[in-house]
Amino acid sequence: MSDDEIVLRELSDDDLVEQMKDDLYDGMADEVLEGTKILLERGWDANQVLSDALVEGMRIVGVDFRDGILFVPEVLQCAHAMKGGMGILRPILSATENSAKIGKYVIGTVKGDIHDIGKNLVGMMLEGAGFEVIDIGINNPVENYLAAIDEHEPTVLGMSALLTTTMPYMGVVIEEFDKRGILKELPIMVGGAPLNQEFADAINATAYGRDAARSAELAKALVGRNH
Amino acid sequence: MTQTIVSSATKEVRIGFDQPFVMIGERINPTGRKLLAAEMKAGDYSRVERDTLAQVAAGAQMLDVNAGIPLADEPKILAETIQLVQSITDVPLSIDSSVIEALEAGLSVYQGRALVNSTTAEEEVMERVLPLVKKYDAAVVAISNDETGISEDPDVRFEIAKRIVERAADYGIKAEDVVVDPLVMPIGAINRAGKDVFHLVRRLREELKVNTTCGASNIGFGLPNRHAINNAFLPMIAAAGMTSAILNPLHEGLVPAIKAADVLNGVDPHCTNWIHTFRAPPAENDGEGRGGRRRGRRRA
Repeated sequence: MSDDEIVLRELSDDDLVEQMKDDLYDGMADEVLEGTKILLERGWDANQVLSDALVEGMRIVGVDFRDGILFVPEVLQCAHAMKGGMGILRPILSATENSAKIGKYVIGTVKGDIHDIGKNLVGMMLEGAGFEVIDIGINNPVENYLAAIDEHEPTVLGMSALLTTTMPYMGVVIEEFDKRGILKELPIMVGGAPLNQEFADAINATAYGRDAARSAELAKALVGRNH
Repeated sequence: MTQTIVSSATKEVRIGFDQPFVMIGERINPTGRKLLAAEMKAGDYSRVERDTLAQVAAGAQMLDVNAGIPLADEPKILAETIQLVQSITDVPLSIDSSVIEALEAGLSVYQGRALVNSTTAEEEVMERVLPLVKKYDAAVVAISNDETGISEDPDVRFEIAKRIVERAADYGIKAEDVVVDPLVMPIGAINRAGKDVFHLVRRLREELKVNTTCGASNIGFGLPNRHAINNAFLPMIAAAGMTSAILNPLHEGLVPAIKAADVLNGVDPHCTNWIHTFRAPPAENDGEGRGGRRRGRRRA
């Protein structure tokens, strides 16, 4: 039985969604893309495809990544597969107001720091968790964060730093947010190799993301809706 | 032949094209080591002491010393750590900080000729680090990135390294005292990272004629059994021409892998180091042979 080729179109909706989650887990981009198309053809709402198949699939990936069962190259392939499905869903979702996205997350590495592998991993896990992620890249002065807040009105903002020299700048950014009254409304997450909880507390960050999987879980908790 | 000479008060180490691969122990670094960070911050250097002795016993020819602890007095802690380490071992040190005041504090107490870790090609960084390197007559690690980030193109990273070597020359620092870190990216995230860095190290050695080093332990980030990746990576990058690396000599199999690479790369003449490291202790014999015991003459 397991050797038989699975024909996605022949599966019931429930089986198809289960299969898509498996395919997502296995990083099978073409299959996830096809599954997404089939569900839409069958009249599924784009929001529901996103939450039931893609986000739920990535939630499982996140759990196994956190527990050391899946590894970075595998999770990258899962994310790639999810992107394929998202490519079809995004235009439909942005045309409708009622998005299933659980929040908008602006993420960027702070001024003076050009490291982005960790930040990219976090961004990917956040997308998998159902966030719309706006990545403003590396070497961001406070002005860039402020501009991104104005433009995108995020629900969470995350900063990354890999150097002991650049991480204090996170405190500078948060202080500026505080002055402008932003800190009261916008949760700020920080992360990066040299950081710890003590540092995050000292600079008044809302939360400290120890690793990519944990960061996504924390972000979900911060927006208060667990998917 | 390019040689970078570093030293303590009593011991000299040569990083060079015709020299054994120099293993720089990475353990004295509180990044990601909660307990060590807390202890160092509180002025307790007992773990530093243990890490120092263990790494040297394992075969490290140099040690990297880093005191990057959030919200701590890094210059003071780094200087104290260096003084302590130098009081219990004679291997030369690499002084590791991205805080200029910490580098200066470390250099001011250091005995011998240190390796400063590091500068990048960012103008602001070079302007601050290179004069310090010159002032203390040290050698310097040059990391091949600039303001625009870490290029994924190894040939761009080559040009950036070249820029640092040229700028160092403006400050009167010789190319042989610049040890380029070509940047080893996690292979799990960037699949070409290995191939690209081998290509880059070859170019750095053949065209720029500089010594090279890297933080070796990141290559396996995010992969299971990552130490095995390391143990394969280091002999391969040594074959591509790398002459030193910052690594954990306590990881099983790593030191033998590098010593074997020295034999195979022809930088362990007559396999002397290899034999001295791995010769089985002599069995009792019938008195006909010397049983490995040294008698009489010593080498001058």
